[in-house]
Formats: sequence, structure tokens, C-alpha cells
Amino acid sequence: MPSHDVMPDIELYQPVQVEDALALATRLADRGWLLGGGQDTYGWLKDRTKVPEAMIDLNGIESLRGIRETADGVEIGALTTLTELVNNPLIKERYSLLASAAERVASPQIRNVGTVAGNVAQDVRCWYYRRGLSCYRAGGNLCYADTPEGMNREHAIFGASRCVAVTPSDTAPALVALEASMVIRSESGERVVAAEDFFIGPNVDIQNTTVLRPGEILTSVRLPTTWANATFYFEKVADRNAWDFALVSIAAVMRESGGVIQDARFVAGAVQCTPRRLLDVESAVRGQPRTEATAQSLGTLASQGAQPLNHNGFKLHLVDSLAKRALLG
Amino acid sequence: MTFMYIGKNFTPPDVQGKITGQARYAEDFRKEGMVFARLLTSPVPSGMVRNIDASEALRMDGVVGILTADDLPAAPRPGVPALTNELTYVGQPILALVAISEQIAENALERIKLDIERRPFVVDPLVSLAAGGPDAYPEGNVMARTADGMALKSLKWAPQSVEAFRNGRDPGDVEFTTEWSYGDLDAAFAECSVIVEEPFVTAGYPHHSLEPRTCMSYWENGRCYFHGSLQSQSAANAPLARMLGIELKDLCFINETTGGGFGSKIGPYPFMAISGYLSRNLNRPVQVRITREEEFFIGSARSGMQGWIKAGLKPDGKVAAVDVIIVNDGGSSGSGSGSSSAGAISVVYQPTAMRFRGVSVFTNTTPRGAQRGPGQNEMHAVLAPIMDKAANQLGIDRLAFRRLNAPDNNAKVEANQGPVTSAYMREAIDMGSLLFDWPAKISQPRRNGSKVIGVGVGMAYHGAGNNGFDGIVRIGPDGKIYLHTGVGNLGTYSYAGTVRAAAEVLQCRWENCEIVRGNSDLGLPHSSGQGGSNTIFTHTRSNYVAAMDAVGKLKEIAAAELGGTVDDYSIGEERVFKTATPTEGLTYAEAAQRAITLGGRYSGAEYPDDINELTALAVQRIAGSGLIGVAKDNLEKNGTAPGLAIGFAEIELDLDTGKYDIRDYLGVAECGTVVHPKGLSHGMNGGGTWGMGMAGFERHVYDPQNGLPANIGLYQSKPPTILDVPVVMRNAAVNIADPQTPIGARGIGEPAMGCAAAAVMSAIADALGGHLFNRTPVTPDMIIDHVAQNTYNNKSLKINTF
Repeated sequence: MPSHDVMPDIELYQPVQVEDALALATRLADRGWLLGGGQDTYGWLKDRTKVPEAMIDLNGIESLRGIRETADGVEIGALTTLTELVNNPLIKERYSLLASAAERVASPQIRNVGTVAGNVAQDVRCWYYRRGLSCYRAGGNLCYADTPEGMNREHAIFGASRCVAVTPSDTAPALVALEASMVIRSESGERVVAAEDFFIGPNVDIQNTTVLRPGEILTSVRLPTTWANATFYFEKVADRNAWDFALVSIAAVMRESGGVIQDARFVAGAVQCTPRRLLDVESAVRGQPRTEATAQSLGTLASQGAQPLNHNGFKLHLVDSLAKRALLG
Repeated sequence: MTFMYIGKNFTPPDVQGKITGQARYAEDFRKEGMVFARLLTSPVPSGMVRNIDASEALRMDGVVGILTADDLPAAPRPGVPALTNELTYVGQPILALVAISEQIAENALERIKLDIERRPFVVDPLVSLAAGGPDAYPEGNVMARTADGMALKSLKWAPQSVEAFRNGRDPGDVEFTTEWSYGDLDAAFAECSVIVEEPFVTAGYPHHSLEPRTCMSYWENGRCYFHGSLQSQSAANAPLARMLGIELKDLCFINETTGGGFGSKIGPYPFMAISGYLSRNLNRPVQVRITREEEFFIGSARSGMQGWIKAGLKPDGKVAAVDVIIVNDGGSSGSGSGSSSAGAISVVYQPTAMRFRGVSVFTNTTPRGAQRGPGQNEMHAVLAPIMDKAANQLGIDRLAFRRLNAPDNNAKVEANQGPVTSAYMREAIDMGSLLFDWPAKISQPRRNGSKVIGVGVGMAYHGAGNNGFDGIVRIGPDGKIYLHTGVGNLGTYSYAGTVRAAAEVLQCRWENCEIVRGNSDLGLPHSSGQGGSNTIFTHTRSNYVAAMDAVGKLKEIAAAELGGTVDDYSIGEERVFKTATPTEGLTYAEAAQRAITLGGRYSGAEYPDDINELTALAVQRIAGSGLIGVAKDNLEKNGTAPGLAIGFAEIELDLDTGKYDIRDYLGVAECGTVVHPKGLSHGMNGGGTWGMGMAGFERHVYDPQNGLPANIGLYQSKPPTILDVPVVMRNAAVNIADPQTPIGARGIGEPAMGCAAAAVMSAIADALGGHLFNRTPVTPDMIIDHVAQNTYNNKSLKINTF
């Protein structure tokens, strides 16, 4: 077992137009690998756990960068760095939930190069899978984490389907809460997918965490005005306060009127393979004031239906607590 | 005593290079014709390599060689072989492949085919101790004394004993490999009004030195030039020369800067043989760059503990009796620190009677070795809340309890109950209580919504000083003072702090001094290894005696030239002069020139008989270049020089999330005279940060199903970040001179960490109403599980949890 850390031999393409990148992505298909900020890429490739033949470096495509105001909100270029997201006036003013989430990603150094597209499209962080073991997600026929002795403290309490890995993205729950849509292009055109549908669990596709398919590129993320300047709450609980993935996170958006919540979306991260809408919580808080009594009434709604593994029962209490804290702000 | 330099801040000369990137580490050195070796490591936790087929790899363009275990002298087993066919942990190096580039070497590794016979493996010591449990080696799981010396044997406990131990009870009549005791334990317990009995688990975890242990070496004219990454400089030469099978004079060891070692790089590690042998075999410079991942595997780790303790307090609060059992996770090297752990209890709480029983069990996990306060620091951490519980049961304030039992000048140390050189722990406690405002902190309101305040205190100890090493100072004919030091540049700046003792004695301008270090060909004296917090004590002494030798020679030269006796002369302003008529004298430059002319002991042509061979070689190198002061430290030392520290922590713990903020932290050092205030402050804060990591974050995690480590990378091992520790960490020092060393200074490196870990652990328990986790680290999930009253799945002393 070599402890690799040198890049393997790989063809490198550096297109400067999206069209050229799409052509390459189509031609190379499964043999190709899209490179953004590289914060997920380099681990896989240097470890040689994934061995694509070619890399399509998207960083020369200027049109994939930047944050633009649109008629119906804001459009964020796929290569926009997380630091740019955090500091952008439009995002800070209208969608501070996303800025808060982006600010909790990893570390300043990683945020300076990591992109919004990379953050949402990154692969799961299950250490067994990352280690290169032949698990279900890697094309094998077993899950090492979902066993009585598996080291599964950070794994899923919902939505297990052979694989029990969780979504590692901090921005994903915020994007789902904000009803973002993901703009996906391919040589055959463009499709726009709701963030909530962009992420897919192992019951849908055991080897992919998003709907992106070979030949497709996530080119931007759109934030509608629906939740602009709403009441927001984001909290990420991780072992460390920097350079760590969430044990559980929560992103919530609420519209209040007349002292009660008119509408709300509560989304938890790191509890299942995709950002999890806490639909029961949302139903319970609609029409209710943001008070301690309402919070207490949530009880264990957030964790209802959870099926903890041997080492992650704490996530039930944590997601319940975070739902209450999100309500109270 | 009034000092010119001791106790004053200064900027060590290598600091700028570290900030600007100019500092050179082993990996930065290049040599014409250099080739690159990469390691192929074990994919299995236990097994035997039956065959290596490297034929395809060796046929690749650019591949120039291979080194396997068969090419190296047989390594003692069990141990830490540089390369091996007997595999005892995942990540263990099997072979090194050499190519003209790293790229080629890595590609070639993938062409090598290994035929491995798998063997049973074990990652938890208690699983191995249980009857029928696997042993990490075919011959056994522990080292035990036999008629033929120490040897591997299979040690098993009865199922009911293992079960009792797992459930926090004395395992009863079982076999240990190490035992010691003093005093009448039963009689001492009989005097106690409070007895606490608790199990504990402390996690092992990797050193993760920021600079992986890369080596580069080459040979010229039969001499080996070796660039390495060690904590120590001169302490490396003799063992490295032995490793390479050459004489001391034929080794030039170069180590200007080291990016952390923390105990894992005190002396040469076996893997240094790889570049040494390869470069000799190939007759080309060879670099073995160690990757981040390899550093996890071969860079050593702290041993974990599974233990049980029974401690008794007399009605007056004095600790009368301690009975402790420790099972160490020795990893594949079998190294455990249980005796040191118990010894630390004997120092910090001064029980009148004590017993230790322990066994270090081999597991198929990474090799274990010394890591900052090995044994002591994790013991202090896990013990602090237990002792808090005892004090609380007795109704005595936790700090008052510690003060009552604190070591002083009459303190006794460890198993043999030997003396200390001095100890002023009560003074440290009083200083800390005042600065931290302990009375106010413990009486403040504790609860605010989901947040609760916890206040903690913890003490720590480590032996902190040796003696008997050599010093060299050289006064050049240019008038400069060359302070030769064999102390390594491990990041503590002790190499610079200790030579200040020589400058102090010589009463010379600091800006006229040059520190000579980092390359044994420069003439560096025999020195202690930079481990065990010893350097400040040990080498202020060796520098002192060398400088005193130089002063004596200055006076002799002056007396010979200007008349009178040496007693008629003084030094000052870089002159030696007649005390009565100061205008009559010689400058240091003039005296150095006279020394060269005089030769003999003045120029280094002759030197004392009792200095080490390395020092003699060093003096031979610099002989004739000035006035040479050289001496062995034969100063008196009676007892253990203790490094002591006390930490205070105030945390705000969130019951919803299991997270806590450390709102205030104060560490107080009791390390004799402070040599370098800024350095001490950095040491206390750095150690404090690491202690917070021990309390809350860092641990080994091995999957028992496949023997794989879960957290190899830095981000997975989770040393604390800047956002996990207080913005401002406070520290102070008692600053009372130790009477058994001329400068008065003792070391403090290791207790700086242990006291912080203990204080934070104490604060967590305090915040939770005295709840004991009996485990380090305490992570958010554990706190949440406690708050939510979930069944806590770590209760059975499992050493690997996640």
C-alpha cells in the first residue's frame, strides 16, 4: 500500500470557454474529472483512490465566476470562492444565511480556493470510503460503517440505504432552505434543478451524491427573492470550530407576520446523505410565535424516524436542540 | 542574583528565517545527482510478506534501486524496524524504491506485487489480554522478564478479570509485567475517610509533527553527510553512526531546523537507516521524503491507557493512599508509559503509600513512543476530575486540597521516593489563585439558559533536568564569542536560551555572540537529547561550566603575560584585567590570539579527559581557532529536578450542543529561574493549547473489524485550531531559583501541556455537576449523550471509539 501524495500522470485540459469545457466533458465522460478549487479533487487523485485519465481544469473560465443580481434574485457563478461568497455585499445583505454557512466551511485557506460548486458537489467524507475500501458506494457489496463495531459516529441517522455516509457540505442546507436552484449545462443544453432535488441519496444512486452526470457541469447557483432578507438561522456543530465537518448543522429561514411564523424551511445537514428538510418541524412552527413554548413544543420532532447507528445516537438530541435554537434565533 | 541576560527577552537568531521561509528543513536540501525514495507500506494490520516481485518496477525507466528488510541489518524484534517483512500494523514500511524523480518512484510502486500471508490482529489491549484473544505477535502480546532477558510472551487474564476491569473494578489476581509500591497501602487506606474508586481510559494519538521526518544523505570519502529532522543535535550522532555502522568521526549530522517532534524525534529513529543505506549502496544522494500519511504511521504516537484507580483521603484532606492499575496500548512497539503515569501521581499528590501495577500490551496499531509528558500528562488529565470528586466528598475546596498536598522542597518522587532539587508548588498555587481569582470564579452564577459555567484546576509534573553533559565556548581572535551548542532546534529555542548562560558568565555583549549549531562538523559538544523537559536545566549548566573554563583560561593567560595570579584578575566589557588596575589587561581578542599561540589546553590542542568522545572530536575540529572553553558538567545534583505547573480554566459549556468555550485560561509554571520570559510564555501557551487538544479533541481511532485507522490526516486527528482555544491565554511563573544549578532554571515543556489538559477536564466535570467521563478526550457527543441520558457506549473501557 503506497502512501501516495504525488499527482498521478493525467491529461490536463484548461479550457477558457464553457462550451469547450462542455465538449471536453462530453468527450471524456467517465474518464474525465472536473477541477474547480481542488479541495476535494486533490485528495482523491493524490491518494490514487480515484484514477481518472484526464482533468478538465475549469479555473480559466471567467464566466463561471462572480455574483450577479438578476431580475429574480442573485446568480452565483460556480467558481465563486467561498471567501467571495462570505464577503459579497449582496449575499451579506439579502442572504446572510448563505454567507454564515460559507463562513463555517473548513478554514480561511480552504475557503480562499474552495468554490461554491465544489462545496455542494464534493463527495461524502465517510472515512472507509475515502480510504479506498470496496464499499457499496465504491462499487463493492458491503458497508463497513453500518456494523455493530463500525466507527460511525459521524454517519447518518436518516435515509440509510446500504450506504450511511452523510452530506458534508455546509452550504448545501442553506441553499436548500433558500430554495436555490442549480443551473446545469451540457452540450445538449441547460437544465435547472431545485437544490432540494439536486442532492440525491443512496436509495437513488449509491455512487453519486448529486444529479450531475458525465458531460454535465454545474455552472451557477440561483437564489430567488423568495427568502431574501427573511429571518435566518445557521448553526454548525463540529468537534472543532475550524477545519472540520459538521456533526450536525441546521439552516433555517422564516417569514414572520403578526407575531407568528407565516412560513419556514428548516434544513439539517450531516444527518443523512442529503440535506434533510425537517418537514414536521416546519409544519409545527407555521402559525406559531417564535417563543420558548413553541420551541419546547417541537420536542423530538426533528429526530423523529431517525435510526441511529452504534456511535451516533447523540445526533438525535443534537438535531432536536438545533431545531429549537433555530426557531428562537 | 542580577543577570545580564537570564530572565530577559531576546530574539533567537533563527526566528526570522522561520517567518520568512528562509529556514531550511531536511526536505529543503538538494545535492547534485540526488534520487528519490518512496515507501511501500503494509496494507494489513498483521501478516508476513512471503514474496516481493519488484521486477516490473525495476525495469521502468528512471528506477535506480530498491531496499528491503533483507538489505538491512537484522532489527531486534519486537521493535520498530526500518523495513520489515513481518507486518504488525497498517502503514508499516516494507520497502523503499528509488528513482530519479518522485513521480517515477510513485508510479513504480504500483507495479510491485506483494504476496502477504495474513495473521490475526488486535487493536484493543483488553481484547488481547482476554483469554483466547489474539496476540499482536505470534509469540505473544507483552514483553516479560525471562531467564534469558526480556522476551515476548502471551499474557492472558481470566474472563471474569477482564470483565471486572472493563466494568471499572479491580481485576483481582491477575499478572502484570511492571509493579512497584512504597509505604503500607492497607494501613494508609485504613486512615482514610474518603475513598474514590474509578476506571479511566485515555486515548493514544499521533504526534503529527508538522515537518514529516524526511531524510537526505550522501557519502563522500567514506563519510556520511546526513540531513535529518530530529529534536536533538549532538545526541543523534552516536546512535546514528551505530545505525550506519560507521565511526563517530565519519558522520556529519546536519539539522538546522526541525518542524516539531514532541518526543517522536528525540533520537534517531530506525527509518533514518533507509536513506543512509540507500545512498551508500547507490553512491548517490538519496532523499526519503515522508508524506503526511506516512508520518501518521511511522511518526509515533502516545500510548493509550485503560486503567483503574483507588485513592484515599484522610480527614484532614491529605492523600494517604493511591492504588493504580494501568493497561497501556503499546501499539506495535509495545511502548507504554504506565509507570510514569503512576509516578506523576506520587509527585503531584504526595501520597504516603502507593502501589502501581501495569502491563503494556502490544496491539497491531502504529508504534508508540514518548509524546510530551508521556504517561504523566494523560494521567493528570483524567485524574483531575477524580481528585475533584474526592475533595468534594470531603467538603474541601478543590484548590485548597491541591495546595495541602502540593510538593515542596521535602517532596518525594516516584517509586524510589527520592528527593527533589527544589519544589515551590504551593507558591505556584497561591500565585495562580490570585491571578485567576479562584474564589470569585467558583462563586459566580453558573447557569444561563443552555449554558453552564465550569471552573477547573489541574496540576502537572515531569522530571526536568539532567546533568553530566559537555559545553564548549570559543573566543575567537576576532573578539567574537562563539557559543557552540549541541542542543537541537526543535522549536522551543532552548538552544538559544541555554547558551545565554555562557554569555552571562563571560559578561560579553549578546550581539557579539554567535551561536554555532546545526551541523556536527562545526564542532558541537555532546549534549542531552532534547526531550523530557531537561534542556534548560541541563544545558544552562553545561554552558556555565564551559564558560567558567574559558574565564579561568582568560585569567591564566592574563596573569602569565601581565603578572600576578589569576585571583588578581576580573573580566568585564570583553576584557580580562587586573582588578586593582583595570587599565592593565587584555581584550578577549588579544587573549584568544595568545591562546592560539600558547596552544595546549588554551587552544583546544588538549582537552579534559572526562569529556565525551563527540566533544573531543568537536574540540579537535576547532582547535587552534581561538581560546577554547570546554568542560563536562560535574556540578553537584542531588535529586530529581522537577518541572511543575498548575492550570486554571473557566469554560462555558452548552448543554444543547456539547460544545464548550474556554473563556479563561491561566497556566503557572514552577520551573525555577525564568531564562527567557517570552520563550516560557510561548511554551506555556503552546503546551496549554495541546493540553486543550488532549482534553477535547485528539485520539486514535482504529476499526476493530479490519485494523484500519480512521483518522490519518491532520484534519481528521483534530488538533485544536486557533478558534478552539482562548483568544488570550495567560501565564505566569513563580521564578524562584533552584539551588542546585548555578542559573537556577529547570524545564517546564511537558507540564505546560498536562496542567491545561487537567484544568479543562476538571472544568468540564465541574460544569456537569461533578459528572465523571473518566476518559480523554471528552467530545461533544459524549457530553450530549450524558445530558440526554443516552446509554453511553464507551463505558466498557473501549480504547477506540469514534
